[in-house]
Amino acid sequence: MYRDNERHRLFTRRAAVLGGAQFAAAAMLAGRMYQFQVVDSDRYKMLAEDNRINMRLVAPARGRILDRFSSPLAVNRESYRVLLIAERAADVDRTLDMLDRLIGLTEAERSRVLREVGRRRSFVPVTVRDGLDWREVAKIEVNAPDLPGIAIDADLVRDYPHSIKSVHVLGYVAAVSETELGNDPLLQLPGFRTGKDGIEKTHDLALRGKAGASQVEVNALGRVIREVDRVEGVPGNDVRLTIDIALQAFAQDRLAPHQSASAVLLGAETGEVLAMASTPAYEPNQFVRGLSADTWRSVVSDPMTPLLNRCLSGLYAPGSTFKLAVALAALNARRSWPGQRIYCKGVMELGEAKFHCWNKHGHGWLDMVGAIEQSCDIYFYELAQQVGIDRIAEMSLGLGLGTRLLDDLPGEQEGLIPTPEWKLASIGTRWQGGETLITGIGQGFVLTTPLQLAVMTARIASGRAVVPKLVIEDGRSAAPPPEPRFPALKIREAALKTVRRGMNAVANNERGSAYRYAIRDPALALAGKTGTSQVVKISRSERGTGVLKNHERPWRERDHALFVAYAPLEKPRYAISVVVEHGGAGSSVAAPIARDILLEAQRRDPLGADAGDRLAWAEALPGQG
Amino acid sequence: MATVAATGESLSLGRRLALLSWPLVVLLCILAGIGVAMLYSAGGGSWEPWAVRHVMRFGVALALMLAVALVDLRFWLRYAYAVYFASVALLVAVEVAGATGMGAQRWIDLGVVRLQPSELMKIALILGLARYFHGLSMEDIGRPGRLVVPLLMILAPAFLVLRQPDLGTAAMLAVGGAAIFFVVGVRLWKFGLVAVLGFAAMPVVWNVLRPYQQQRILTFFDPESDPLGAGYHILQAKIALGSGGVFGKGFMQGSQAHLDFLPERQTDFIFTMLAEEFGLIGGLSVLGLFVLLFAYGVAIAIRIRNQFGRVVAMGVTVTVALYVSINIAMVMGLVPVVGAPLPLISYGGTAILSVMIGYGLLLSASIDRDAMIGRSGAPEDG
Repeated sequence: MYRDNERHRLFTRRAAVLGGAQFAAAAMLAGRMYQFQVVDSDRYKMLAEDNRINMRLVAPARGRILDRFSSPLAVNRESYRVLLIAERAADVDRTLDMLDRLIGLTEAERSRVLREVGRRRSFVPVTVRDGLDWREVAKIEVNAPDLPGIAIDADLVRDYPHSIKSVHVLGYVAAVSETELGNDPLLQLPGFRTGKDGIEKTHDLALRGKAGASQVEVNALGRVIREVDRVEGVPGNDVRLTIDIALQAFAQDRLAPHQSASAVLLGAETGEVLAMASTPAYEPNQFVRGLSADTWRSVVSDPMTPLLNRCLSGLYAPGSTFKLAVALAALNARRSWPGQRIYCKGVMELGEAKFHCWNKHGHGWLDMVGAIEQSCDIYFYELAQQVGIDRIAEMSLGLGLGTRLLDDLPGEQEGLIPTPEWKLASIGTRWQGGETLITGIGQGFVLTTPLQLAVMTARIASGRAVVPKLVIEDGRSAAPPPEPRFPALKIREAALKTVRRGMNAVANNERGSAYRYAIRDPALALAGKTGTSQVVKISRSERGTGVLKNHERPWRERDHALFVAYAPLEKPRYAISVVVEHGGAGSSVAAPIARDILLEAQRRDPLGADAGDRLAWAEALPGQG
Repeated sequence: MATVAATGESLSLGRRLALLSWPLVVLLCILAGIGVAMLYSAGGGSWEPWAVRHVMRFGVALALMLAVALVDLRFWLRYAYAVYFASVALLVAVEVAGATGMGAQRWIDLGVVRLQPSELMKIALILGLARYFHGLSMEDIGRPGRLVVPLLMILAPAFLVLRQPDLGTAAMLAVGGAAIFFVVGVRLWKFGLVAVLGFAAMPVVWNVLRPYQQQRILTFFDPESDPLGAGYHILQAKIALGSGGVFGKGFMQGSQAHLDFLPERQTDFIFTMLAEEFGLIGGLSVLGLFVLLFAYGVAIAIRIRNQFGRVVAMGVTVTVALYVSINIAMVMGLVPVVGAPLPLISYGGTAILSVMIGYGLLLSASIDRDAMIGRSGAPEDG
């Protein structure tokens, strides 16, 4: 009994020790709990929130591009795609079979879908096909009960309703490229597209808008349980252009028969670009969807360069249209006077060189107006010599040649107005007297863009330093600036009047080089200047045997046909330049195009005071294009 | 009272009911009730699939506990070895079945219920050791030779369980057995000796472990090394616990648990879920209830006047305390993830059954605390 009592006492001691150990363990656990739930709690709360909440960006709708009357040029269209959610399909193969019967799946599509289904978690939707049309969507919707696991998803896709007719102004959008990836998280969004050319590129930030965000609660597998919060994005701004899409389409159609041509129609007083047509063009909607590598290669390597906006990227010797600048330079510097008469015998000698007039029989005696009217080369060789290359260059720059004019489109070329200094600096040889002569007829080194020629024409017509303008508003600048009134050119009015008289004669005098393509209605009549710029130097031997006619030469060697014009004669409102590459003589090819566009412009008269109302009403009529 | 017990006569059923330690029963019911609430939350606010079954199982286990408690302690003394050997036989049976069956065969399918012999083994081991030490005098305990048999009684089932493989339960059996060795008065230097031998045997044990068990231990020592593998569970458990804060996210509001970030939220990690939803206050309350339960157990054990009852009561208390400590320490990243449920609260059939049977024995010993029982098992006259 004594021993048992001793055993009991020992047990009690040891049991108390164990009890104490348990208590100590519990205290330690409580301390650990305190560490987690009080001391470090904030950190863990954040981690839990990170676990739980996934931020997903919501792409904003891209701003539209509108013409001057708010007719849409670039919009967002709903595009539909078929998704397969494997976990909702009892049998993926059977569902795909059923879908195949409805919209026809290729073997490649099928194996891609099956591969992706195998690779991803079963609740992640796999895209079966993108860009379905409405009829296919309807078919799928009707058969929905037989298509377990199939869902239709709508997405916004850029759409250009006028397709190729506005492409060179608008450009296109496509997937974000590596080099663009910057700070804007929007660019990381799969499927997001940015502007790659034209207005879409230069006004991308205005059109882009701000991303919205959707906070979704996800579980450990990444499955979305519910949307916690949603911040709607800010849709992109609409950009309104000065373009009149009806005129733009008209001009583009009018150029279509020619392989390679361009036309720029400006408001002669306002500088507003009403139409900017360039051919060949390309289909921008194809670019949005994403081109196959083959198509892309064929577009990029096309020798006709359809991606090029010739209106401001094409460089051409201005040919006889440059005589307007030479005449103005001479008259303004009083190196000549309107009545100065020069005799043209068809050829002129300078040192050992011979300079020919296009009319080898000679024009006889001509004054300034007559020389412009008949585009006599000899007269302008003389005039160029009288006034000198430096004044010609100065006048050309003042008329907008050899300078960049438009910020709103990418790829504008500067052109080239040669001077002796330029030649010495870039070629390294001295300026020759003969080079002044050929510059006088717009050949040689001088290079201009169709846009510059149109601006020159507008400046001559209005007497003002007109600057072209393409964007009316893009929602970023506070308010559209008031109608600009450009300052007067620093050219004597008498000089301008003489040149205008010459341009009038070109179209409206029987001997004028474009008389056959004039507008007979005096209220709508045009004044203009033809131009033919040589692509291939005419060789001495050719002179001897007789120059080949344009149509006898291969297309690539034919002359460019140019025409610049404004209308009407009194208070001109529209100025135009047309360049048909390798079109032959300016009078017969470019002039009729310019005439038709000017006629259409005055008929529609988008710059008239009531144009907005009048045209909106007309477009509301059924049957109107 | 003492006089009745001293005569060695059995108490009447009514008398036993009156002597039952009702506060302990209430404490067990409260803890099980907390378990039901947490399983309701774990089911996403539904009685299915866990809460309702937990209620049913606890009901059965409670009845069983009372039945065991109402049986005279001397009955349990008499059949202690029988229960022990039956349990070992069951373990061998699973070993045999497991050789032909799947990887981790831990249960015998009896059709109605899947019997997990390793759970029953915990109770059987306590009974067996208590019976053995009941027959040992102070002098006997001092003789190392007398400790070989109880050592084998621990190692045999521990080895069998380890083969299943169930590292957690094997370790728990060993530590529970050691606690009984301690409480009956085995000299401390002998523990030291075993510890040294154990260290020496560690490479051997390491090779017995399955790769996933080795991985768990490695992960425990360096959880950051594998944040998406085994370490992921510990990390997510810590996040759940920590993000609960002082007051918790509210009942059924635990984002970690309800969005499946928490692994095994209905079994091993249920305490994490509780601490996430009820915060530090909830966690400490549950911990406090357990401490109360253990204090009660120790108090009862100390007052028992026979060695068998004392050892049983202490053995049950220590085993349950071990489970509670290991489970909570595990979900807090203090010990490796070994697969130890939280007694009474975690979902799981055999676990709750064995705990309640254990407390049945403890209560039986408590009722018969004044019975004097001879070393051979016969009543002893004082």
